[in-house]
Amino acid sequence: MYLLEMNHVRKSFNSQEVLKDISLSVKEGEIVSIIGPSGSGKSTLLRCATMLEQMDGGELIYLKEKAAWNEADGVSTYADKETLKKIQKHYGLVFQNFHLFPHMSVLQNIMDAPLHVQKRNKEEVHEEAMKLLKKMGLEDKAKAYPCQLSGGQSQRVAIARALALNPKILFFDEPTSALDPELTGEVLKVIRSLADLQITMVIVTHEMAFARDISDRVIFMADGIIVEEGTPEEVFSSSNVRTQSFLGRYGDNF
Amino acid sequence: MTFIQILSQLAGGMWVSIQIFVVTLIFSLPLGLLISFGRMSKNRIIQAIVKFYISVMRGTPLMLQLMVVYFGPYYLLGIKVGNDYRLIAAFIGFTINYAAYFAEIYRSGIQSMPAGQYEASRLLGYSKSQTFVRIVFPQVIKRILPSITNEVITLVKDTSLAFTISVLEMFAVAKAMASSQTSLIPFVAAGLFYYVFNLVVAVGMEYIEKRMNYYE
Ligand SMILES: Nc1ncnc2c1ncn2[C@@H]1O[C@H](COP(=O)(O)OP(=O)(O)OP(=O)(O)O)[C@@H](O)[C@H]1O
Ligand SMILES: [Mg+2]
Repeated sequence: MYLLEMNHVRKSFNSQEVLKDISLSVKEGEIVSIIGPSGSGKSTLLRCATMLEQMDGGELIYLKEKAAWNEADGVSTYADKETLKKIQKHYGLVFQNFHLFPHMSVLQNIMDAPLHVQKRNKEEVHEEAMKLLKKMGLEDKAKAYPCQLSGGQSQRVAIARALALNPKILFFDEPTSALDPELTGEVLKVIRSLADLQITMVIVTHEMAFARDISDRVIFMADGIIVEEGTPEEVFSSSNVRTQSFLGRYGDNF
Repeated sequence: MTFIQILSQLAGGMWVSIQIFVVTLIFSLPLGLLISFGRMSKNRIIQAIVKFYISVMRGTPLMLQLMVVYFGPYYLLGIKVGNDYRLIAAFIGFTINYAAYFAEIYRSGIQSMPAGQYEASRLLGYSKSQTFVRIVFPQVIKRILPSITNEVITLVKDTSLAFTISVLEMFAVAKAMASSQTSLIPFVAAGLFYYVFNLVVAVGMEYIEKRMNYYE
């Protein structure tokens, strides 16, 4: 069953068409990587999927429930507030720049939404938050504030914060691009460990080796369209000229 | 007359000054927040009205505003006001004036919030009001605290302007004493009062600022 379906998505900023008829479906448990040159619309696609940005045209469906659909004139119409709120619970997003809440400790960052949005029981939430921190290798940072963390630690907290709401699908927008190379590994390791949990993930990344190893499917985007998609083997050994020229920039060491 | 006697005579005025100070803060801080919402409203009409209000409050002397609040009911509406109204008029005049300044401070703080904080909140399912109360406002407070401190210190000194509508606050009492005794000492005592008052305020604000220093 498809967890996420995006059909014929179009999005322009001013007069610049950033997404041109993109269709993308993600099955439950699937890990999909999106690669492509800067400015190709990868972030915009994730922002449309997470409804931070409104599509101009196209459908957005989570678990058969329509968040948006096309009217006769080809313009996206969104569902009512209540429906969108319900749909929104299905997904989480990890940002390139973490966007942790600076005035809250690590633990508060993770617990606040489960407590005040989901209104769950405090003991239970606390226990789960500590488990998540342990998984992220950050038990000793529970009381720390975001300003006291390295970039890699911050990103791991942001991942824990998103996971604390038990989303069915987690989107990552270049989760390691703001990090020093030596910190990239720790975050990628954590994301890899999530794969074992059967969490559905859509990851925009410039880490080609990582994308090849972790993904069930790789999507190569350029200029607002999906140029090619397939298994990592297919895409990384593609004979498509654009794919080749893009991958060529990363050399052969992935 | 000894200095202590002068001080004790000034005490009533001090009390009035402190009242003006406290009441103004209690009402203008929340009112300022409300006004800042109006200033940032998507409704153009509300926005224009609030903008005009703020520009009048900031662009005309507080002394004049106090006069309008005090004499307005009678001159404009023919309502007879009692003597008690003097102090009330001072409360109102100070509150609406300071609320305008605070509104602009809140606005600058709220608008300096990075978009990422709103986006993260949205993704985590916070409602708009939860986002403001739990995420945005606590950070705004910290950012604007230095500007608030400036205003609060100005307010201590501004309370003396209430004498223009014959409120017997500290300064008015000192002035009366000085002229009846042809002595500068009441003024010195008054100056001392404002100085100590501000010292206390500064220490208090510093304490609050320190308490907010647990992050960044
Ligand atoms: N809010 C916006 N307003 C105007 N233009 C935008 C906006 N967001 C994105 N764009 C434009 O849309 C295009 C695609 O941007 P997007 O961020 O989706 O690319 P990307 O593939 O994520 O690139 P990168 O790898 O650099 O993150 C770019 O040309 C960008 O300038
Ligand atoms: Mg991007």
